[in-house]
Amino acid sequence: MKVKVLSRNPDDYIRETKLDIQRVPRNYDPTLHPFEVAREYTRALNATKLERVFAKPFLASLDGHRDGVNCLAKHTTSLSTLLSGSCDGEVKVWNLSKRECVRTLQAHEGFVRGMVVRFCGTSFFTIGDDKTIKQWKMETPGYGEEEEPLHTILGKTVFTGLDHHQKEGVFATCGQQVDIWDEQRSSPIRSFTWGVDSFSSVSFNPVETELLGSCASDRSIVLYDMRESAPLKKVTNDMDYMDVIMTMRSNTLCWNPMEAYYFTCANEDYNLYTYDMRYLEKPLVVHMDHVSAVLDVDYSPTGQEFVSASFDKTIRIFPKDAGHSREVYHTKRMQHVICIKWSADSKYILSGSDEMNIRLWKANAAEKLGVLAPREREAANYSQKLKEKFQNHPQIRRIARHRHLPKSIYHQTKELRVMKDARRRKEMNVRKHSKPGAVPVVSEKEKHVVTVVK
Amino acid sequence: MITLLILSEQAPSRYWQELQQEKDEAKDAGAGEGNKEPTTEEAEESKTPKQKKRKFKEKQDQNQDKKCISGKSDPFPGKARIPEDRLQKFKRKEKIKKPPHQHYKLRTMIARSEEASEMAQKQAARFDLLLPEEAGFLEGDEGEDTCLVSQEDIANAVDITSGAKHFNLKLSQFGPYRIDYSKTGRHLVIGGRKGHVACIDWQSKHLMCEINVMESVNDVKWLHSESMYAVAQKKWLYVYDSNGIELHCIRKFNDVLRMQFLPYHFLLATASATSFLQYLDVSVGKEVVAINTKTGRLDVMCQNPQNAIIHLGHPNGTVTLWSPNQKEALVKMLCHQGAVRSVAVEKNGTYMVTSGMDKKLKVYDIRAFKPLKSYFLPAGASCLSLSQRGLLSAATGDIVQVYRDVWSTPVTKPYMAHRVRGTVWGLHFCPFEDVLGVGHQDGFTSMLVPGAGEPNFDALDANPFRSAKQRQEWEVKALLEKIQPELISLDPTELGHVDRATFEQKHEDRVKALGFDPLAKVKFIPKFKKKGRSSAGRVEKRKKQVAHEDQRDIIRKAMEDKRKTEEERKNKEQKKTLLSSQKSALDRFKK
Repeated sequence: MKVKVLSRNPDDYIRETKLDIQRVPRNYDPTLHPFEVAREYTRALNATKLERVFAKPFLASLDGHRDGVNCLAKHTTSLSTLLSGSCDGEVKVWNLSKRECVRTLQAHEGFVRGMVVRFCGTSFFTIGDDKTIKQWKMETPGYGEEEEPLHTILGKTVFTGLDHHQKEGVFATCGQQVDIWDEQRSSPIRSFTWGVDSFSSVSFNPVETELLGSCASDRSIVLYDMRESAPLKKVTNDMDYMDVIMTMRSNTLCWNPMEAYYFTCANEDYNLYTYDMRYLEKPLVVHMDHVSAVLDVDYSPTGQEFVSASFDKTIRIFPKDAGHSREVYHTKRMQHVICIKWSADSKYILSGSDEMNIRLWKANAAEKLGVLAPREREAANYSQKLKEKFQNHPQIRRIARHRHLPKSIYHQTKELRVMKDARRRKEMNVRKHSKPGAVPVVSEKEKHVVTVVK
Repeated sequence: MITLLILSEQAPSRYWQELQQEKDEAKDAGAGEGNKEPTTEEAEESKTPKQKKRKFKEKQDQNQDKKCISGKSDPFPGKARIPEDRLQKFKRKEKIKKPPHQHYKLRTMIARSEEASEMAQKQAARFDLLLPEEAGFLEGDEGEDTCLVSQEDIANAVDITSGAKHFNLKLSQFGPYRIDYSKTGRHLVIGGRKGHVACIDWQSKHLMCEINVMESVNDVKWLHSESMYAVAQKKWLYVYDSNGIELHCIRKFNDVLRMQFLPYHFLLATASATSFLQYLDVSVGKEVVAINTKTGRLDVMCQNPQNAIIHLGHPNGTVTLWSPNQKEALVKMLCHQGAVRSVAVEKNGTYMVTSGMDKKLKVYDIRAFKPLKSYFLPAGASCLSLSQRGLLSAATGDIVQVYRDVWSTPVTKPYMAHRVRGTVWGLHFCPFEDVLGVGHQDGFTSMLVPGAGEPNFDALDANPFRSAKQRQEWEVKALLEKIQPELISLDPTELGHVDRATFEQKHEDRVKALGFDPLAKVKFIPKFKKKGRSSAGRVEKRKKQVAHEDQRDIIRKAMEDKRKTEEERKNKEQKKTLLSSQKSALDRFKK
């Protein structure tokens, strides 16, 4: 007779001393782990619930401005520095890690309209309602020294937007026309006008650095190539300038930093539109959810998401290819949000609003900040994956999508939906009672573009 | 000279070289026979030639890289092979059959997830080699029958700790006994018909508690951990803790005869004499559902550990399957001519074994609901129990018989047999041990059954060696991932399937709201294309209509200029000749 009976030596399974960690022998045999799917589903459900519990996006409020914050600028080389300009012409430099103002300067009389940090990070430019462009040193002046701009350029008209070239000493302003300036000269090296009365924003393409996009008040978005020799010409051939005219005015334009042929513009008609520069006939995506004019938009440095600021007192985060937002931020005290920036480490969002405050938000509301222990990180990754895996289950989707909204916005959203449904219903009825093909189906994307000029 | 000699000598052959040779030969032979088990590498070789080429190249590179300092190449290049059966063990799902026109994003997503699951499968299969324990076995000598080997012989033959696992508890006063092992297999609860209930840490023989409930006891069952157990008494269901303190008396559950605990759902399912099947959620203490089965007294019950379906046996020979989500039986199977005496379901949820008053023992494939085998036992089996590794124990009167492989091969004689002192009333294999607990008229007997238990446990699931702290942590985790009773269904993977019906319904609603189908195929607009004439360059050329139009002016101008200059030159020459033809006054002086 040959016999063997299971006999485990406890020494192999129990830790030797109390100082050791517990032994955890594993066996991955699927038959020992029944209900895999159901258990994973339960874990995913719990993870989703916990995410909603821990969603506390608001980090800090930076107060100190004495008027509404009109523009924000990210520092190009330092993560912790933020510049803000207010409606009374004051510019403040903030240290974000200490959450305090490190420098204040009276830059302009009237509004500070635009602000941009030079690519090297040593100086910054501001424009204001007093028709001046000023260049300032980034360093705080020493004791006894006066705050003096490095250069001051007096323009002919009021400037409304400003952006600096990515690599060269060239910057662009917009106002009644779009001007390209050399840093060394006091007059623009080139001006573009298209019979348009004014431009609201101008922005350099981050990759194809000679390209410029701007939003004009005649509802058009205009793209230029700076290298083109012939300025001031309405219709020229090819890439010199392209123009999309939409149903309503766009306020701001932001290029996708990773796929720089895409740009997103914030429109007055409550929507945002993402365009492919090469194909302007219709937008790639129409991003809806805001219930009032969208004032500003900024991309995450990953290029996967962007954040928008709206007149409806909310901030929304959209995935670049989704029609609806994944997140909405609001507080009781925050008024119309005028400017928004996504920090360069893609973790934070900064918003400047009407009631003189700058707010610091987390980009992922439930994310834990700071250094994570390896086990913590592993658990977070695991639950993230589970949430992804089961995201389309109705229960999980319902919980993940649920957001609390202020009453006014909630009701406005409802009202807008009713209006939209009514319009659609009417269109359907008209189509039903007219000759087939006489009332064609116009998709949401096509609706908002009036024409494209080349 | 000497060095030359040494160089020309062959290096002494190593054991692996021989092995490799043999392997190659074996491979050749196997290829000839064509019955060899395919290994993964061979499976890989059956891929497309391009992939094969790349693999080969990689392999070569590896070989070059892995040359030892001594200059010899690695005798076992590449990763070790994984046997196919091991891979099969960890296989979760068949690969998705790809639809013809896939969206590119979906295609990459599917490819990635399949890659990940394949990697997980391979890693798990590799890890399987490292498992520390091996299953027990009992083999007779030539002519020796294993069913004749007595328990004493086995206990004497094995080591002392294992030998101590065979013991008898003589409790003749309050019998017969029902028994239950906890999920980890460390703890045992026995309940005597006449009211005696005891909890024992049976390996150390430490008595945790012993009480007499002063009432008849129908069944005992551990709840999720060894700190609580349920006792079905004459009238109501009671819950006691491991010190014997009565925690609850649940009056909603009356006349309970049998109980089953679903560990991942925290549900206690009870079958009563009043034909009610009731579910108690032990984590919140609420009754989930009470189903009137309308089939009379329910005293045969078991659970399918794979999908948490309750199987009930009835006096009319049927076995019914129940879930808490349906008031009717999911399935009714007529299994026996007479009443069903006992039911057991295998760990994987593939096979069900039933015994009936017709003295038959039947094996069913529970996935297809088909009978596989039918055996005749002269005395008929009153109790059945299946071990983790598929051993079947059947009690006929006071004899406990253990069978091996009842579903695959026709069995003629038992693997083991043992006579206990009284009629068997409770029979249970101990998880993760080679032990079968038998509760009978005269107490309790612990039998050694080599090869019954799963040798390697998963400590995150059920750890027999866990400390109190570990148990607490496990309890929290287990409660957090308690599966809701709504998710119990015949197919436990149903939750992972695509819900097409709902999608279609949603799509219909959407089309209705929009007035058109947003997913409809765009109408095909034919492109004007001719052979070789539609390239971009040609089209551009054709658009210009007149070739070199811009250059034509220049050419025309140039031609004009050329013509003019030519004309001028000619005029000049003519004038010259004219002038030369006229005779001047001075010509007369020429010679």
